[in-house]
Amino acid sequence: MEIGQTVLLALRALRRNTVRSLLTTLGVVIGVASVISMVAVGEGARARVSGIFSSMGTNMLVVLSGSTSSGGVMGGFGSLPTLTWDDLRAIESEAPAVRWAAPALVTRSSLLSDESNWTTSVIGTTPEYFSIRAWRNARGAAFGPDDLDVASKVIVLGQTVSDRLFGPGVDAVGKTVRLRSMPFQVVGVLQRKGQSPVGSDYDDVALVPVTTFQSKIQGGLQKYIAGAILVSATSADDTARAQREIIAILRERHHVMVEDEDDFSVRNLAEMASAQQQGTRVLTSLLAAIAVVSLLVGGIGIMNIMLVSVTERTREIGLRMAVGARPGHVLSQFLVEAICLAMAGGVIGIVLGSVVARVVASRFELPFAPSTSMGLLAFGFSLAVGVAFGLYPARKAARLDPIEALRYE
Amino acid sequence: MAERATATGMPLIVLEGVTKSYPLGSSRLRVLDDVSLSVNRGEFVAIMGASGSGKSTLMNVLGCLDRPTSGRYLLDGRDVSQLTRAELAGVRNELVGFVFQSFNLLARTSALENVELPLVYAGVARNERLRRARSALERVGLGDRLEHHPSQLSGGQQQRVAIARALVNQPRFLLADEPTGNLDSRTSASIMALFQELHGDGLTIVYVTHEPDVARYASRVITLRDGRIVQDVLQTPLAVGERSELTRVA
Repeated sequence: MEIGQTVLLALRALRRNTVRSLLTTLGVVIGVASVISMVAVGEGARARVSGIFSSMGTNMLVVLSGSTSSGGVMGGFGSLPTLTWDDLRAIESEAPAVRWAAPALVTRSSLLSDESNWTTSVIGTTPEYFSIRAWRNARGAAFGPDDLDVASKVIVLGQTVSDRLFGPGVDAVGKTVRLRSMPFQVVGVLQRKGQSPVGSDYDDVALVPVTTFQSKIQGGLQKYIAGAILVSATSADDTARAQREIIAILRERHHVMVEDEDDFSVRNLAEMASAQQQGTRVLTSLLAAIAVVSLLVGGIGIMNIMLVSVTERTREIGLRMAVGARPGHVLSQFLVEAICLAMAGGVIGIVLGSVVARVVASRFELPFAPSTSMGLLAFGFSLAVGVAFGLYPARKAARLDPIEALRYE
Repeated sequence: MAERATATGMPLIVLEGVTKSYPLGSSRLRVLDDVSLSVNRGEFVAIMGASGSGKSTLMNVLGCLDRPTSGRYLLDGRDVSQLTRAELAGVRNELVGFVFQSFNLLARTSALENVELPLVYAGVARNERLRRARSALERVGLGDRLEHHPSQLSGGQQQRVAIARALVNQPRFLLADEPTGNLDSRTSASIMALFQELHGDGLTIVYVTHEPDVARYASRVITLRDGRIVQDVLQTPLAVGERSELTRVA
């Protein structure tokens, strides 16, 4: 008996009791839908994390004054500065896993153009900053080492600042803004980065050379960096190593005793991003649990119904055997029925799971990433369930004695 | 379906000392006790016996639904006594046509699809199956009922469908278990008439009954009692239409 014939026969048998068949598939539907949602959510979370990476600059570390317990975001307002310029140079040259390092001094200030004004964060830094943050120019260029040497009054604007000061679509390069009553020439406008994971606007920023910042804005060259040091590791895998090297270097330089806490903190953004993932991880684990339990229950449901079906059709089985059905024929007939049940559940589950995944993705603001591998995975699961839980009833049917079966009431 | 090389005159069915027994306590219960018989091609045999005489068991052995505990069964020259379950299924498919008392048709399935069932298990292609099934149904007079489901057919019509199914794979013989047991007297007569017709075309027919009246349609009657053959006689078969016990009211 060809496989096509068997499948048609199976579908016909299932159609005799459509409601019952559909209810039987419920367990598999829920199981597969959970698997699909789980994979989609997982993929979405992963996409978001790598999105974080690409928007912040990969392999980035942030070194702050003050220990971890004193907290503080970039700039460390209020905490005693402990990082020095020599520290920065040491990190740059003595840590093999460090590729770039740049200072970041921040203040809030208003910028004035001819038509408009806008208050934003002004960051004093070095050219390496742009490499660390993987932030390219949309127009113009960043400032260079020469600008640092002479502390020239040049400024690089984020897209939002440029739009606010000069209007959207206007090329701000070459124009002048006033910062703390001083004219700064715009040498570049950065590419749009968008929103940060915490909701702030990456593009609402302006950057000046750090020497200019110190001499013209913050006042006086100091030994200490009143801000953070941004570091980029040589690769994503080296980030942890870079972190260790920086800690070792700074502990030595700051003469921190073995038993004492650091007087600085090194934040690995990958760790911070993975902390964010915890939320989605809980959801994923929950869905995985639901998926496993549902598939199990669904499989048992299929097995149960198939056993009932075999009993109901005992005489029919006897008749089939009498006219020539081999045990193999009977087994494959019922096994295919079970598989059809399971795979119907699989198809419905894939559809349902995709819908749920889309809803979850928009609720948690994750990207929705359906893939054919998800569908194949789901098919594989439902096929496996059909075979595993359909085998026992099918074997029971095949082992019936035709004489007994024909006598069955 | 290779034609078994049997010389004319060699019996189709040969039972040699066939015994079927089951364990009962410390001894064994013999349902069939050392039965030997032979049936030639073209015979029309009725097997008679009271309930418990072993006729059902004999029928099961003849139909290759069951294996004898001891003894030999040669069907069309082939020893089928010790075949495996799967092999027996193949023999049944090729050589035996079954007709049951309760018809045993597949519900919610058309007459055509019921009749083609043995061909499905014989691996015959679809078009050929339908052609042969159609022709079998026409042979039993149901050419206009191909798509009917059993629920839409009378008892007599259902049994005709079952007979068509038994014929469709061109078996060596027809084996019927109380074929008229569930039918009224008029319909029974018409079914027996059909059997006689088929027998007239050369088909070997063996049927089991407990009613002496039904046994009168055959040309040979084998009587069983307590698992043994107690009588094996030839007779002039009753032609349908002749006045017989069956047409007497009450």
